[in-house]
Amino acid sequence: MNARSEPGLPAPQSRTEEPILSVEELSVRISGLHILQGVSFTVAPTGVTVLLGRNGVGKTTTLRAIVGLTPPAGEVRGTIRMGAQSLLARPTHRLVRGGLGYVPEDRCVFAGLTVAENLRLAERRGTTPAYDKVFALFPELDRRGRQRAGSLSGGQQQMLAIGRVLLNDNRLLLVDEPTKGLAPKVVTEVAEVLERVAESVPVLLVEQNLAVVRRLARDAVVLAAGKVAWTGDAHELLLETALTKSLLGVGSAEVSTPSARSELASPAVARKDQL
Amino acid sequence: MGTVILLALTGLGLAALYFLVASGLSLVFGLADVLNFAHGLFLGVGAYGTWWAAGNLPGAGPDGFGFVIAVAFGVAAGTLVAILVELVLIRPLYSRTIEQVLVTVGLSLAGVALLQATWGADARPFPRPDWTRQVTGILGAQVPNGGLLLIIAAVLVLGAILAFLRWTRYGLVIRAGVENREMVTALGIDVRKAFTLVFAIGGAAAALAGALGGVYFGTVSPGQGGSLLIFAFIVVVIGGMGSVVGSAYAAVVVGLVQQFVNYYGTSGLGDICVVGLLAVVLLLRPQGIAGKVATA
Amino acid sequence: MTVIDAPRAQVPDELSPQRGRWHRVRPFLPLVALVVLAILPYSTMSLPGVFEGPVNSPGTLQLLAICLIFGGLAAGYDLLFGRTGMLSFGHALYFAAGVYGTDILITRAGLPLWQAGLLTITGGTILAALLGAVALRTVGIAFAMVTLAFAQVGAILVARDFGGLTGGEEGLPLDVSGLPAGLVGVTNTVNLYWLALAYLTLVVFVVHRVSGSPTGRVLAGLRDDERRIGVLGLDPYRYKLVAFTLAGGLASAGGVVYVLIVGGASPHITSSELTLSLLVMVVLGGPGTRWGPVLGGVLYMYLDHRLTAFGTSDAVDNLPAVLSRPLSQPLFVLGTVFILAVYFFPGGLTSLAPRLSHLTRALRPRPRR
Repeated sequence: MNARSEPGLPAPQSRTEEPILSVEELSVRISGLHILQGVSFTVAPTGVTVLLGRNGVGKTTTLRAIVGLTPPAGEVRGTIRMGAQSLLARPTHRLVRGGLGYVPEDRCVFAGLTVAENLRLAERRGTTPAYDKVFALFPELDRRGRQRAGSLSGGQQQMLAIGRVLLNDNRLLLVDEPTKGLAPKVVTEVAEVLERVAESVPVLLVEQNLAVVRRLARDAVVLAAGKVAWTGDAHELLLETALTKSLLGVGSAEVSTPSARSELASPAVARKDQL
Repeated sequence: MGTVILLALTGLGLAALYFLVASGLSLVFGLADVLNFAHGLFLGVGAYGTWWAAGNLPGAGPDGFGFVIAVAFGVAAGTLVAILVELVLIRPLYSRTIEQVLVTVGLSLAGVALLQATWGADARPFPRPDWTRQVTGILGAQVPNGGLLLIIAAVLVLGAILAFLRWTRYGLVIRAGVENREMVTALGIDVRKAFTLVFAIGGAAAALAGALGGVYFGTVSPGQGGSLLIFAFIVVVIGGMGSVVGSAYAAVVVGLVQQFVNYYGTSGLGDICVVGLLAVVLLLRPQGIAGKVATA
Repeated sequence: MTVIDAPRAQVPDELSPQRGRWHRVRPFLPLVALVVLAILPYSTMSLPGVFEGPVNSPGTLQLLAICLIFGGLAAGYDLLFGRTGMLSFGHALYFAAGVYGTDILITRAGLPLWQAGLLTITGGTILAALLGAVALRTVGIAFAMVTLAFAQVGAILVARDFGGLTGGEEGLPLDVSGLPAGLVGVTNTVNLYWLALAYLTLVVFVVHRVSGSPTGRVLAGLRDDERRIGVLGLDPYRYKLVAFTLAGGLASAGGVVYVLIVGGASPHITSSELTLSLLVMVVLGGPGTRWGPVLGGVLYMYLDHRLTAFGTSDAVDNLPAVLSRPLSQPLFVLGTVFILAVYFFPGGLTSLAPRLSHLTRALRPRPRR
């Protein structure tokens, strides 16, 4: 599992439980750029597994490859399995219906639609949407049903993005940077929600905020230069200050990571990645 | 005064024609990112379908209820062709935007040539009810009924499309898909079904434009769709890609500018003004009146 | 929010492994082809079915000259589409500017050819720079629509005959009285043929030099992924404008030669259909390759002319009407071939060669050791 065992690192713990998701030798190439070069890791069937790494290392690309959203110019190799089922080369909407919930980076709520319409879109024929559960987690969404999603605050939009995924049953949630650009108080709220969500469904989380990671994560997978650099217990990783600094570019003492964020080339780059 | 009213109403008639073509183009482009050069073909099929049905289809004819049947046949033919084009030619190239545009380019060339091969390159007189040849006096202006018919049809189509988008599940999917298609699939929805649907809607509207345009102009020719298409493109860009309401506003502006400038200036100057308008809109507001940003 | 993925460039043939002597001869092939084309008019060979008269008959030479011009035009257009990834639907405008500019300056203003030609090419280049500056504020499909709209203005200007300059629907025959004697008359068609060959050579040379230069590598980068160029701190807009202007200038130069060959201007060259055919030529030939667009352009024009004759031939007339009528429309045949090409050989004609060589290699008996 451990791609680059540096001396002094704890050996990755072997867990007895069957992983919900296993990624093997995942390699993604997009218009000539070899973004992922043979990434392998597993996601435990309970709790939060966090995907870490510096900016531009391919965390979002990994999530998008899992959910089948690699752009058409891209090329994906390797295997991705959820349970016994292979996910690769299946259309996104099938994967999602099969129980793979995806909360994308930058939330991607439909700004022109109302909150209620955003939620209604996630309803599926033949199943009863779990509005009770969602409104219990996010009472605000119930109250603001007629409001345009574009006029919600960043935190509310994040709640909506998570809420619409929770309307259906999921076997695994992929959540990409849910606290990005949110005020500290809202970050805490989002973390609380994710903690409650993770009690019932496993989560693969991409997160830059190490305080949130510390609070939520059980396992950690660290990417560096398109490969897995470290896997194991998240708390052990955070205890190793030097290691955290070399892998993530930040000390674990730093709660938030504005410095890391400024490495992003430009907002435009981040946006275009989603097209 | 009469002249101004006449120009305004004929301008609106032209706008109605543009809107019928542009609304479908805009939806198809907004949702599927396909710049559909074959849209003019749907118009041609609608026009020739109506023309053929009025002469050959039992029950259909150039007048009264028979004419309604003829137009319905033309619209059905246009819709069918649009659906087939989407299923057979566009869908296999899902997400490969350039190839899709290329295919529609080839189709527009081949399709128009096929119409020409079947019915000749020359314009043919279009069968139309007598009352459409007459004029109605409105505030001192003698307005051709064919133009009024177009305006009424366009308003009805606008209302129908908006109601569909507002109140139905598929309308919701289309509105969401225009904003962010990928996210729609990430909610477990097969967005390609919506593609077929917007092609069908666009094909029907364009075919109706073909049939009623035939009534308005009195003739039908294979190249008719192509020349309308360019102005419809302009309407789509000015109105904002993916916005039906934006298309409606832009169609009105373009139709009126064209009609008034062509009358008070030199003939042809109005067409050039419209392109100038396009340039100005793009420089000041790249996303058009409403809709998706056209520059990114 | 469209990310346009232009077709990827082919691996240049020079780089793909070839065997034996063929490999050494290959770099000289273009030169050989040029020499063959240059001495072609001395041949009196007759190719029944391929051309109507002997190769050196004025009719055949004129057809060949037109084919060469369009080979050059397609190569210039490929600078935009295949090499930079810009989908312009208004390239006919700059060609038409060349044709009508020269024609008007000679016929209406009475300028000598060299002045008219020079002014026209300068004007066409400036026009491309100005319109490109506006159109390039958009990208992708919106850019395609805007260029299409600009070209439409050209078509309207020509068709409405403002100031009686263009002759409107009738077109404007070229006044040949002031032209050099060597370019006038049926017997001198061969000189026009050589002029067209020179134009094609010029375009191929320019496009080749540009795409091999640092600028060309930036353009290729823009085609593959515009973001990366932006991240490198280069301004995509300026590079695209350079390519757009250069391609426009080359197209108007083509127009200057074309008006001499056909002896006048007619409004159909301003139509959007012409731009669409340029696109068809490039895609059929192989976008982003050195010879693909040239081949595509030559072949398209040849077929466009010959299919008309083919359509009225007995062989087609004897077919049932369902078949014979569509087949008599060159655009039906070309449009259909084009659609099939997009599906089945997306790299164009030039991509067929490696595939065919795979096939022949597979069919050939294995060499004994």
